[in-house]
Amino acid sequence: MRRASLAVRLALACTGGAALLAVAGLVGMLVGSVPITPGDLWLAWTDPARLDPATATILLDLRLPRVLLGMLVGASLALAGSGFQGILRNPLADPYIVGTSAGAALGASLAIVLHLPSPLPWLSPVPALAFLGALGAMLAVYRLARIGNTLPVETFLLAGVVVGSFAGAMVSFLMTLAHEDLPRVVFWLMGSLGQADASRVALVAPYLLIGGVALYLLSPALNVASMGDEAAWSLGVDVERLKIQVILAGSLVTAAAVSASGLIGFLGLLVPHLTRMLVGPDHRVLMPASALGGAAFLVLADTVARTVGAPQEIPVGVVTAMVGAPFFFWLLHRRKGLS
Amino acid sequence: MTPPRLQALGLTFSYTPDSPQVLDPLDLELEPGTFVGLLGPNGSGKSTLLKLLAGVLRPTQGHVDLGGEDLTRIPRGRLASTLAFVPQDVHVWLPFTCREVVAMGRYVHRSGLGLLDSGHDEVVRRCMADTGVLDLAERRITEVSGGEAQRVRIAQALAQEARILVLDEPTSHLDISFQVEVMDLLSRLNRTHGLTILAALHDLNLASLYCDRLIALRQGHVLRDGPPAEVLEPALLLQVFGVQVEVQPGPGQRPRLFLVPTGSREV
Repeated sequence: MRRASLAVRLALACTGGAALLAVAGLVGMLVGSVPITPGDLWLAWTDPARLDPATATILLDLRLPRVLLGMLVGASLALAGSGFQGILRNPLADPYIVGTSAGAALGASLAIVLHLPSPLPWLSPVPALAFLGALGAMLAVYRLARIGNTLPVETFLLAGVVVGSFAGAMVSFLMTLAHEDLPRVVFWLMGSLGQADASRVALVAPYLLIGGVALYLLSPALNVASMGDEAAWSLGVDVERLKIQVILAGSLVTAAAVSASGLIGFLGLLVPHLTRMLVGPDHRVLMPASALGGAAFLVLADTVARTVGAPQEIPVGVVTAMVGAPFFFWLLHRRKGLS
Repeated sequence: MTPPRLQALGLTFSYTPDSPQVLDPLDLELEPGTFVGLLGPNGSGKSTLLKLLAGVLRPTQGHVDLGGEDLTRIPRGRLASTLAFVPQDVHVWLPFTCREVVAMGRYVHRSGLGLLDSGHDEVVRRCMADTGVLDLAERRITEVSGGEAQRVRIAQALAQEARILVLDEPTSHLDISFQVEVMDLLSRLNRTHGLTILAALHDLNLASLYCDRLIALRQGHVLRDGPPAEVLEPALLLQVFGVQVEVQPGPGQRPRLFLVPTGSREV
């Protein structure tokens, strides 16, 4: 059977993804420890003044930023994962492979344990230092891995491991000093959308927008890059420049996402694979589809995280891995392969 | 349109600063429209030379000149529309269909940002027909045989519509009928379309039958360079490959080679 034309596949994937995201958004707004009716939601949209104040607070101040942040972070991690898997030609690559996660963790732990003030006036200390930590780790990996004008994949992966291990050790050391702050550090490391507010939404949105557009524009070259460096080069793709562009875009997007939500595992590995199984390997379809899929997935996972054990919240990273890992295993087993 | 002249001037190369040179200072000129075979044992520097001529590697010293320009200074896109290179082993990890793989050859001719495919169907179809892979169009590249993947890769290079084709052992994974088919195709592209073709070849008889000119390489050194009858002679082949060969005149006065059995396998 002939694969449908690119335009058709793109339209189908985007419509399907958008519909899924809309459903996830509705679920995220309506479901929770305090049930909200669709009527309340309609009222909040059309005439918020007539809404009961408690309901208005829950909907507009608590759930809305949380659903929005979940969408942005989910889309960011899935996009970065798709980009890294594509450019590194490695099915095990995830957004954290560059060490941004460990860098962000170090920054966040410093902020929590040493009660450091925020160096970025528009952000509270934890996301601000986490963001700077992620950027620092990314630059360190890049500097370590770069040889002349090239960025060899093996060196890059090793540099990611080295920087990640170092930052990880620093985090462990800080945790031994933490005492009463320890639960906060642990909770941050497991990932949560509980701190969602306008400033965090505003932190992630621009990076996702710019990084997403960049990755989408690079997707024709990413397709060619799947042929391997030498073949891609002779087909007209400047592979070394492409590597740097994709890694930079992916790392920035990840850095912003991680700073706002902590370490949400597995999503950035899982969603690109799931999406590839559905829409095929063409990055021009994969990028928008996995962004929409990642956004929907995280909003749904977060709804589970805050309802199953209510009033106690489970970290959303625990949910993504606990749901994602067995599901992924089942899929792989059924398909007998990664692609 | 005649292909530009491809010329190597004093090329040397070593993979790291401390490792030995793979090529002696090497000079070479490819006349536009010739079909040249590169011969030599494993490790003689054939692949390195091809990659230098294709611009995949940068020479340690010397330079490659393409139509009067230093190859390393030619922008990627313009180079890929002039010269297409088929590396020896290409491993595609994503399950693109063979049609999609061939269509990647059009990357260099993409319109706009390349975000939509359009206007390339005819070229892609023709290149697939020429290499006999039309019936593989919807199969995944990860699921076809090595020989089929090889032909898909050649179709991809043809889709670049470059005037110079450089191929590293294009017949290596193919059974004998496809070896002949690929050589016939290259020969046709060379004669009717005037393409310059440079291919590293292992099968000396195929090289003799199809090429205008052969270059024998040993340890990064050109031992002989000339028409098949001058290169394929017993003394030189013993020197290059270390095997005893008997040579008889074949069709069109092209030498035909027979291995002389040695040692325990004497008959």
